[in-house]
Amino acid sequence: MIEVQNLVKDFGENRAVDHVSFHVSKGEVLGFLGPNGAGKSTTMKMITGFLASSEGDVLIDGKSVKEHPLDTKSLIGYLPETSASYHDMTVRDFLEFIAEVRGYEGSNLINIVSDTVKKCYLVEVEHQTIDTLSKGYRQRVGFAQAILHDPPILILDEPTDGLDPNQKHEMRTLIREMGKTKCIILSTHILEEVDEVCSRVIVIAKGKVVADGSPDDLRKNSESYNRIHLSVHKAQELGVSEKLSALSNVEKVELISTNDNGLKEFYVYPSSKLNILSDVSKLAQSESWVLDSLSLDAVKLDTVFRQLTDKGDIQ
Amino acid sequence: MKNFKSVYKRELKGYFNSPVAYVFIITFLIATAGCTFYLGSFYERMQADLSAFFMWHPWLYLFLIPAIGMRIWAEERKSGSIELLFTLPITVTEAVLAKFTAAWSFVGVALILTFPIVFTVNYLGSPDNGIILASYLGSFLMAGAYMAITCVTSALTKNQVISFVMSVIICFILVLTGLGVFTQHLVNYMPVAVADFISMFSFTTHFNSLQRGVIDSRDIIFFVSMIASLLVANVLILEHKKHE
Repeated sequence: MIEVQNLVKDFGENRAVDHVSFHVSKGEVLGFLGPNGAGKSTTMKMITGFLASSEGDVLIDGKSVKEHPLDTKSLIGYLPETSASYHDMTVRDFLEFIAEVRGYEGSNLINIVSDTVKKCYLVEVEHQTIDTLSKGYRQRVGFAQAILHDPPILILDEPTDGLDPNQKHEMRTLIREMGKTKCIILSTHILEEVDEVCSRVIVIAKGKVVADGSPDDLRKNSESYNRIHLSVHKAQELGVSEKLSALSNVEKVELISTNDNGLKEFYVYPSSKLNILSDVSKLAQSESWVLDSLSLDAVKLDTVFRQLTDKGDIQ
Repeated sequence: MKNFKSVYKRELKGYFNSPVAYVFIITFLIATAGCTFYLGSFYERMQADLSAFFMWHPWLYLFLIPAIGMRIWAEERKSGSIELLFTLPITVTEAVLAKFTAAWSFVGVALILTFPIVFTVNYLGSPDNGIILASYLGSFLMAGAYMAITCVTSALTKNQVISFVMSVIICFILVLTGLGVFTQHLVNYMPVAVADFISMFSFTTHFNSLQRGVIDSRDIIFFVSMIASLLVANVLILEHKKHE
């Protein structure tokens, strides 16, 4: 559905987007991650046709954004970063304007606006002017105009920004639901959001794609993927470290701490990032080690994110 | 051009939804009346015509039209709504035409609301209503040219004040170059033909000509072509900004 081909954007001397290419299909929710100024919003603006690319092109349903701007724009629903709208209009008037531009007329227009108002929980504020609304409501109005014409493609620039935890949850549920039938790209800083809604993640740093895969694929990139955390009493006497190292599929054993009672904490790194929890557990049982804890370390996505964006090298 | 109507309607409604519109209309009506009756000595002239009314229009427009038009693109850019507008299936040309036409229509409404002066002069004497009609047409076309200039300056910047100042300066030059006092002065420095050529591009020259009651196609063409070329420039500026 969306084919981004070698996209480049220069702002004067500064290259904001540097040969970015990727493909997003129907049924995918793509999370677009990256530090501030990495080129996320610029890439999104080029996909929507708001900005022209310096090089490369974007194909929406096979059509070039440059050559068929009106056709491609009608397939996209876009929520800009600032959730921009016309603040002097009431919510209803604003959505009616959007519906009119999107080609709705007469009773169809009235119905589609009413449905959207309900779907986005805007009923109680529909006759208020947008400048009197809170940030959360404004964000919902922005989302409402993006989904009004039921587009096959949604581009959402930080859709949960400014929402309270309940609203965030509602928004994520809505996005996940829509992701089943649509092609969605969303940018975010909130990594828990990625786990909750995205089927795929692209990490962009300094204008370049540094990672592309499912959230789990991304975790596998981390050196601590499937790492085991283990605390054993009297480890010295029992030769825990040596026995662990002797296990097949163990790459290295790292001692993290020792306390006065002889309790030692280890990290056990598997070779080829395999899950060796059961092997370690069996060993501990057979050796009758007194364990204080044994667990598989959960890799936090933000650790991976930090590693990827600090390095900034291309995958 | 199906979306022209939607944007035009939204814009025009936008004017009437904001207090700026009413401030503009009231200021315009008070200023035209004040200028006509006090500065223009409407009664003292003892003439059944509206030249004392129309002669002030270039000066009133000089401030009022940039004040109304400065926000047209600058505000969209500043608030970010331009991003919304240009990701909707609307062409830049449609948007430019719709926004300009809405702003121009708004000034047209203000101009129509000066109708009591026409009744007044008809009540007091027997004016040539053809001349009045031609003058209204001239004033409206001139207002369009002022507005088109303001649209261009507004597209160039995010800052409404800069747009206002730029528009006032450009419009002032275009008013000034047609004033007799100014062209007489110019003749001291350059050949008469050159001075005449410069004054040909002045609003004043063409507006004065229409005020005489003769609807000369050259005057109409001047204003229409000026508006058209400025709107083309407006479209080009916005297209260029996409590439910046």
